[in-house]
Amino acid sequence: MLLDIASWALILLGGAFCITGAIGLLRMPDFFTRMHAASIIDTLGAAFILMGLILQAGFSLVTVKLIAIGILLFLTSPVATHALARAALARGVQPMLAKGDVSSNS
Amino acid sequence: MLRIASLLVALFAFWVLMSGMFSPFLLGLGVASVVAVTWLARHMEIADREGHPAHLRLVAVVSYWLWLFKEIWLSGLKVARIILDPRLPVSPTLVRFAPSQKTAVGIATHANSITLTPGTITVQANHQEFLVHALTRDGAAGVVESEMNRRVREFEGSDLEEND
Repeated sequence: MLLDIASWALILLGGAFCITGAIGLLRMPDFFTRMHAASIIDTLGAAFILMGLILQAGFSLVTVKLIAIGILLFLTSPVATHALARAALARGVQPMLAKGDVSSNS
Repeated sequence: MLRIASLLVALFAFWVLMSGMFSPFLLGLGVASVVAVTWLARHMEIADREGHPAHLRLVAVVSYWLWLFKEIWLSGLKVARIILDPRLPVSPTLVRFAPSQKTAVGIATHANSITLTPGTITVQANHQEFLVHALTRDGAAGVVESEMNRRVREFEGSDLEEND
């Protein structure tokens, strides 16, 4: 019972982060800032939903597989994000930059 | 040779955990697949320091991951707050800096960690220079000479021990 409550709390928290990421995806002004919003979904959203599911699965092989999915996501999603950002920049998508900055020039 | 042995053990452990069946026939298939994959990896010359970084200490890797999870949580909250703020206070910034890692594994870990942390994306990465896009000016300032840079430098080890 207590485990169920904790598990559902984690799944709902993950869901909330996914929705926040989706809202960000719609609200952000340009391509690169939208990618930042999406990165909440595949890190915090995915992580909390997986943790909730692990509590549901308990001490079993399913838990091992869920952890494997988590590791796979955390190793592959930054590579995909990096490839997408790099391809966009290489193809001439100009990032919208804040004005009056000292550290940036590109 | 030690690296090949470690690859065999890791792959077979993966097979057993994924299948969860212990009949001799299925375990035999597992051994055959593991040997075939290891032979192929050796043949393609990807079973090296970069492809199978078995020289990294497990404790160092696990403690780095725990620290990284904390960082992802903290910056995830920051980005979520920006998204839900009616004024949408973004100040997108590109920043270039030189990472201090020496090995390919170190560079890849640092670049992927930056991308994994919400609010910063590594756009270009090589041994000399990283180009990072950040959602806010503060976020961009935070990736230069960062604690992440120092921590990855610590656990990547030396590039001088290239021979197995």
